[in-house]
Amino acid sequence: MNQSGGAFYRLAVDIGGTFTDVVLETPDGWASGKVLTTGKAPEEGVVAGLQFVLDKAGVTADKLDFIIHGTTLATNAIIERRGARTALITTHGFRDTLEFAFGQRFDQYDLELERPEPLIARPLRFEARERVAADGSALVALDEFGVRELAHKLRELDIESVAVCFMHSYRNGAHERRVREILNEEAPGLFVSLSHEVCPEIREYERTSTTVANAYVQPLMATYLGKLDKCLRDLGARSPLLMIMSSGSLTSIETAQRFPIRLVESGPAGGAILARQIAMELGASRAVALDMGGTTAKIILLTDFEPRHARSMEVARAYRFLPGSGLPLRIPVIEMIEIGAGGGSIAHVDELGRIAVGPESSGSSPGPACYGLGGSRPTVTDSDLLQGKLDPDAFAGGTMRLDTQAARAAVEAHVGAPIGVGWADAAAGVCEIVDENMANATRVHAADAGEELESRMLIATGGAGPLHAARIAEKLGMGTVVIPKAAGVGSAFGFLKAPIAYEAVHSQIAHLAKFDADAVNKGFANLRTEAEKVVRLASGDRLLRERRFADMRYRGQGHELAVELPARVYENADGAALTEIFEAQYQKSYGRRIPNLTVEALTWTLVLSAQDDESVANASTPEPAPSVAPIARTTQVFDAEVGDFVTASVIARDALPPGARFDGPALVVEDQTTIWAPSSFEGRISTGGHVILQRKSNA
Amino acid sequence: MSDKFNLIRHQVMWDRLISLVEEQARTLMRVAFSTVVREAGDLSAGIFDIQGRLLAQAVTGTPGHINSMARAINDFLSVFPPDKMTAGDVYFTNDPWRGTGHLFDFMVVTPTFKDGKLVALFACTAHVADIGGNGPDPNSRDVFAEGLFIPIMPLVNAGEINHWLMKLLLANSREPEKLEGDVYALIASNEAGGKRLTKMMDEYKLETIDELAAHILTASDRSMREAIAKLPKGTWRHSVTIDGFADPVELCATLTIDGQTIHIDFTGTSPVSKYGINCPIGYTHAYTSFGVKCLVAPKLANNAAVLDRIVVTAPEGVIVNAPYPAPVTARALIGQMLPDLAFGCFEKATPGRAPAEGTGASWSLRFGAGPGVTGQGGKGTPFLSQNFQSGGMGAHWLHDGMAATPYPSGVKAISVEITEALTPLVFWRKELRRDSGGAGVFRGGLGQTIEVGSREDAPFAIFARFQRVKYPAAGRGGGADGAAGTLSLASGAAVLPRGTQVIPAGERLVVEMPGGGGLGEATQRDPAAVAYDVANGYVSRQAARDHYKVVIAEDGQVDEALTAQARTAKPERAHV
Repeated sequence: MNQSGGAFYRLAVDIGGTFTDVVLETPDGWASGKVLTTGKAPEEGVVAGLQFVLDKAGVTADKLDFIIHGTTLATNAIIERRGARTALITTHGFRDTLEFAFGQRFDQYDLELERPEPLIARPLRFEARERVAADGSALVALDEFGVRELAHKLRELDIESVAVCFMHSYRNGAHERRVREILNEEAPGLFVSLSHEVCPEIREYERTSTTVANAYVQPLMATYLGKLDKCLRDLGARSPLLMIMSSGSLTSIETAQRFPIRLVESGPAGGAILARQIAMELGASRAVALDMGGTTAKIILLTDFEPRHARSMEVARAYRFLPGSGLPLRIPVIEMIEIGAGGGSIAHVDELGRIAVGPESSGSSPGPACYGLGGSRPTVTDSDLLQGKLDPDAFAGGTMRLDTQAARAAVEAHVGAPIGVGWADAAAGVCEIVDENMANATRVHAADAGEELESRMLIATGGAGPLHAARIAEKLGMGTVVIPKAAGVGSAFGFLKAPIAYEAVHSQIAHLAKFDADAVNKGFANLRTEAEKVVRLASGDRLLRERRFADMRYRGQGHELAVELPARVYENADGAALTEIFEAQYQKSYGRRIPNLTVEALTWTLVLSAQDDESVANASTPEPAPSVAPIARTTQVFDAEVGDFVTASVIARDALPPGARFDGPALVVEDQTTIWAPSSFEGRISTGGHVILQRKSNA
Repeated sequence: MSDKFNLIRHQVMWDRLISLVEEQARTLMRVAFSTVVREAGDLSAGIFDIQGRLLAQAVTGTPGHINSMARAINDFLSVFPPDKMTAGDVYFTNDPWRGTGHLFDFMVVTPTFKDGKLVALFACTAHVADIGGNGPDPNSRDVFAEGLFIPIMPLVNAGEINHWLMKLLLANSREPEKLEGDVYALIASNEAGGKRLTKMMDEYKLETIDELAAHILTASDRSMREAIAKLPKGTWRHSVTIDGFADPVELCATLTIDGQTIHIDFTGTSPVSKYGINCPIGYTHAYTSFGVKCLVAPKLANNAAVLDRIVVTAPEGVIVNAPYPAPVTARALIGQMLPDLAFGCFEKATPGRAPAEGTGASWSLRFGAGPGVTGQGGKGTPFLSQNFQSGGMGAHWLHDGMAATPYPSGVKAISVEITEALTPLVFWRKELRRDSGGAGVFRGGLGQTIEVGSREDAPFAIFARFQRVKYPAAGRGGGADGAAGTLSLASGAAVLPRGTQVIPAGERLVVEMPGGGGLGEATQRDPAAVAYDVANGYVSRQAARDHYKVVIAEDGQVDEALTAQARTAKPERAHV
């Protein structure tokens, strides 16, 4: 089962923009370390952090059963435009697909908007003579001679990486593969990304954008991962290095080197896994995870303990975080929305005399006005302070004194005065608006997903999340808020809990009225083989669990609904059963079935995971003995639902044993964050040490 | 609770309304069947108070719909007064004079009840797949020939769908399945909005939204008045000539700003056409007010108070106020040119603010084949396809115009692969059109070139209806005009810009879409920007020298000496 006979040694590494976090789980507990990210050679930071943590725990590298790694390096390379010198080869006549993008203005009324520059400028976008039709047949054979000439040109231009995106290659990728062969012959050493491998899906712009992004980060990522793997071997590690993907699943280093684009947003995926773990621990099958940091808030829906999955996302939104202003990527992802709402989000009054918050952020420098580092514009954190939710003397464990005067002056000048209210109402307004923004984003996301929000649990993390979560829950009609323990260790902790799982996908249109069971069975068999290869790297001989999904729609619709299918061998007669599964789900999401229409499935997904030792909490889990939380003192805090200041208890979190109970209004203070329980909530500490806020039954 | 905090609460609820109409629009887009709705976003959604005043509209959607709906709701209220409405009712119409200007647009209105009391109306509009008649063909001589005309009537009675009516609709459509799906999508969209609204009212313990509506409209009116107060008072006139359909059309506008309202009157404009390019006044109002708002108050949330301060009038019988039963199917051809006309007026009132003219009416490529289109008994798969594409936008005073992007329409381009998967068409080229942007300090956005043929040995037809072929997008402030659009066969023969034409088997159609106009004198453009354009192939070397007086050396850099010489030489100023 593993090298040490039963007990696991797991290590997780998360490289963020500023810090690299390392967490080690041993049979005796866990140890963590934080080192600065080493930009030029990130593997050095990883090795330093890893060595630190291993020494701390007195464990040698050869003991590790596996190493899980996630990183934002790929995302940051795209946002900061620090990728390789990349060229694009398209079908003749289509080199501008990347520049046309969606051919749309992403803001209706704004005449000033500009589309972001594509990752590859026009002089490095080349064309090849070839053409495949929508049915996969070749209308024009590939001009191989032309490609050979182009290969020489790419060498002259010092191109490091090439994306090849031909029309309809998702149906027939032969021409793209032939181009790779020729490039390998004529320009060895060039990285080549083929669109039908990176993103085997219809719609040329999205496929091109995804493939180009893959090519753009590939040299950086492939080189880095190769070096890291070697460093780990040199340290004596014998376990496989597994990469966490945007989908929250794991993959091998070889796959990661070929498709590095699948690693973007693996950090937030770690957060989603942590939320999943907590949902399971607390037996909450439906939840919303909210991660509110300094600049943005990320929101994820979990249903049946699973975060929602999607196959598209957008990175590097360049224009006020507006959807459509970034680069679309079609890859398996944990579905999340990100909006410009964080502690550092700046508030102002717009032309309509309305308070607006974000997306502009003060960042960490100069930071909110109350940091006293030169910031003069009011932020959410300044407003939290003025509402009494933050203790100016105990911020960040007392390492930083907050300047209430500066916060008041900023809020008064930029919000209060323009709308004619005092600082207290202005601060209340800023918090109400930012909370409303997050609540609205959650609602729209739920509508897009065809999901309901009521009766979900809200799991809040991030520096600002625990302060705002209860109010957001009130707005969304959710009764329970959980603030996990050790939320500060963040994504790396989530990685440790990542299911040993792999998601394999393929597109194959099937009309359920004429269901061809053989073809579908064969498709799933191939997916199973592909998935098992990766999963077995880490699962040993543990039992594997297979789940299947299909993206289905009424024939003629443009959006699909993902439905779960029974994992078994199908017969032709199963077309009717699959139709029923889809229609039941459709009715649940959109209120009614549509008569007389046929149903089709477009994409089939298989998720293979090793059975976890963890299990869903059940009613027999004993509740810890209740006790009364000690109240350190009281303070005045603005309660938005009451619409006025109230007297709140202040409670130290580290003094709270499992079972401790307290009544809102209360502030629960810890080093990294503060939890706000409004008047309408009561709180307790769970067996696992999480803070649980519950809306009072009479509230 | 302090009154001040109550004010903030109103703002929060206002934001909520904007969010819930967005949910309404997204629901429509997700469940719609019509390709132009689901792929291109040809739809709109909004919430109205029980007096019929628009309170909030979705960001997703297209302006021609939303501003038309803002007026149309009153007609619904006159047919179905609030005391006649029942929970579970849904009403609809495609009346061009009451809805959004042509029979393709289904406008659906759903009253929302709370505790048995009417509290709000939700409305949405989508361009459905097919509603019979001659459909998109502007050759119909009246609206009767254009398709099935549905006056304002109930679609659902107290939760019971009107099945007989549905049968009638489907019997009149070439694509009954899609039409049925679209109708259900429209119903579901309003339902989603209504559900959210009643939840919000529960949360804030509201019995009506009247106080909230008053707050929204008062605040918006104040802001709109302030925006108007910043403009000079006076009257300005501008007119443009556009291609029209058979004959050119003169569009004349008189802008009057009196400190309180912005009034645009179309007296002097050409009379109604015998082709279906006429605009009902509601559609005229929609696009005119859209253009004005983009310029005067782009950041204000759109609602009744903002729209009420933009007054649009036209004598009955001109092409922008076509009386029933004039043919109107292609009213976008005229309506989408109106923002440029309004910009022309504003350029005189407030110089240095309006962008140059752009493509305007979108260059949607409509293709088809089959009996009645390419002839009976021919081989080849019958199909109909609409492909949203666009030429360039006019240059802006801050930057070059956007390439191949529609304005004023907000629709998205449809993927070539999607079109090819649904039809026998093959697009051989879709690329930026060099030198099509009007020269200027800021260059007009480039048009695009599309070359399309059939995969089958069979003819196909283009339903052509394009503007800016004879009269290109004009530059402003000394900027040059954008390139005019052209259509031809790859073999060289000309194709007319308007009318249904058959592309013979084996031939390819080449469509070169117009570029936007430039702003300011081209010789004042930064030579480095010209060199960048040449390096990218947006501008040819020749055009750099001829229009910008910039000489680009072999290495792609600006030849400073020759450029200085060219720019100081005696200008043989071309008349712009």
